[in-house]
Amino acid sequence: MAHDHEHDHAHDHGHDHGHAHQPHPFQPDLEAAPLTHYQVMTQAVGDLLIEKGVITADELRAMLEAIDAKSPAAGARMVARAWVDDGFKARMLADVNGAAQELGIDAGSIPIRAVENTAAVHNVIVCTLCSCYPRLLIGLPPDWYKSRAYRSRTVREPRAVLAEFGTVIADDVEVRVHDSTADLRYMVLPARPAGTEGWDEEDLAGLVTRDCMVGVTLPKSPQ
Amino acid sequence: MSKETKGGPGSSHLLLRRHHDMGGLPAGPVDPPKPEDEHDYAPWEKRVDAILRLLADSKRRLITTDELRRGIEELGPGAYDEMSYYERWIASITNNLVEKGVITVDELGRRMAQVAAAWPAGAEAPAKQIAERKP
Amino acid sequence: MSARFAVGATVRVRAAFPPGHLRTPFFVRGKTGRVTQVLGPYRNPEELAYGRSGEPALPLYRVVFETAGLWDDYRGAARDTTVVDIYENWLEPAEETV
Repeated sequence: MAHDHEHDHAHDHGHDHGHAHQPHPFQPDLEAAPLTHYQVMTQAVGDLLIEKGVITADELRAMLEAIDAKSPAAGARMVARAWVDDGFKARMLADVNGAAQELGIDAGSIPIRAVENTAAVHNVIVCTLCSCYPRLLIGLPPDWYKSRAYRSRTVREPRAVLAEFGTVIADDVEVRVHDSTADLRYMVLPARPAGTEGWDEEDLAGLVTRDCMVGVTLPKSPQ
Repeated sequence: MSKETKGGPGSSHLLLRRHHDMGGLPAGPVDPPKPEDEHDYAPWEKRVDAILRLLADSKRRLITTDELRRGIEELGPGAYDEMSYYERWIASITNNLVEKGVITVDELGRRMAQVAAAWPAGAEAPAKQIAERKP
Repeated sequence: MSARFAVGATVRVRAAFPPGHLRTPFFVRGKTGRVTQVLGPYRNPEELAYGRSGEPALPLYRVVFETAGLWDDYRGAARDTTVVDIYENWLEPAEETV
């Protein structure tokens, strides 16, 4: 369980609230545990920046809320719309940020591009150099995306990496790996599962997982 | 007598490929956890992310993503492998802020000591942390 | 922006290994691929990383590589590809020598 606590300091820290904390096996309960060096550094740097007026406590609080508000649901909504609306799909493939605005989603200013899975091509996204990821659309990346194993092996043996996620791509389908090396962020527009004819967008969005927008899995199939 | 063996052809390969530039290197299984077992970001980690986003925004433009990345890359291989993701971020952010004169080493040291002293459970002293990492 | 390469151009990534911050992964240096998209202009990350302006901006390209050509021991399908965004300063026409 990880909590941030207010200290005996004169100024407001922007206390985190609204989290439903699950006990987590790998993180100490900060109420009872000492701070690590980098947690101390984080607190000190935040405090100093607020004191110097570089940032405000309100801005920090608002940004934390904005980070929490982002989730794969926004991407799932876009995928579902693309599945039912060819015009939207074309606009999404050209410019995810612009298309997101049509759905009232603010995907930020860093350009995000979508790559489309077809019968001939299965796309997978990686950032070998760091951890580039379309955060402003679908939230923070999972640890495995940032891991040495994923970053090293996805460009070298993508099919083996996909198999670890239970995804097997036939040999007559091209596996296309995108290494996000520059300013653009990438997401996969997965193919619409068979057996979903006539489904409404909300139900379709329910089939779209974070992992299928990274390309390590396919969307859920209708059951 | 052993000869000095540093440098020369023996070191040519070092830093030729930077440690973070790992595409294609051998590695173990990705071994993704079940979604319910995924790491919940700790509030301090989100705070690091929030600080970076604010420092990089159009109002401030105090640090770029490129400077953050470069700072992380310059932490060196040992730090890169042993520090957690957001530990690398805050280390890079802080180094960048010091280089840019936004905060000084002196005030950082004093404030960090204050934060550690004020925390109810204290802070892990560096010596203790080093001792705990020894096999 | 005047881009040196057009969509469809065959390009080689320079086999250079400077120190410092750069965004051309080691695994594509010296490799030959094909431009599929002309992106950009984007400010140069090699300069931005050191607090400089990154201007003049560089054309950025999506370059597709045959994955089997990147690795001696690739065991996937021959049709598999790898796409990397590469800045113009790292690309040469494929027929030029380094």
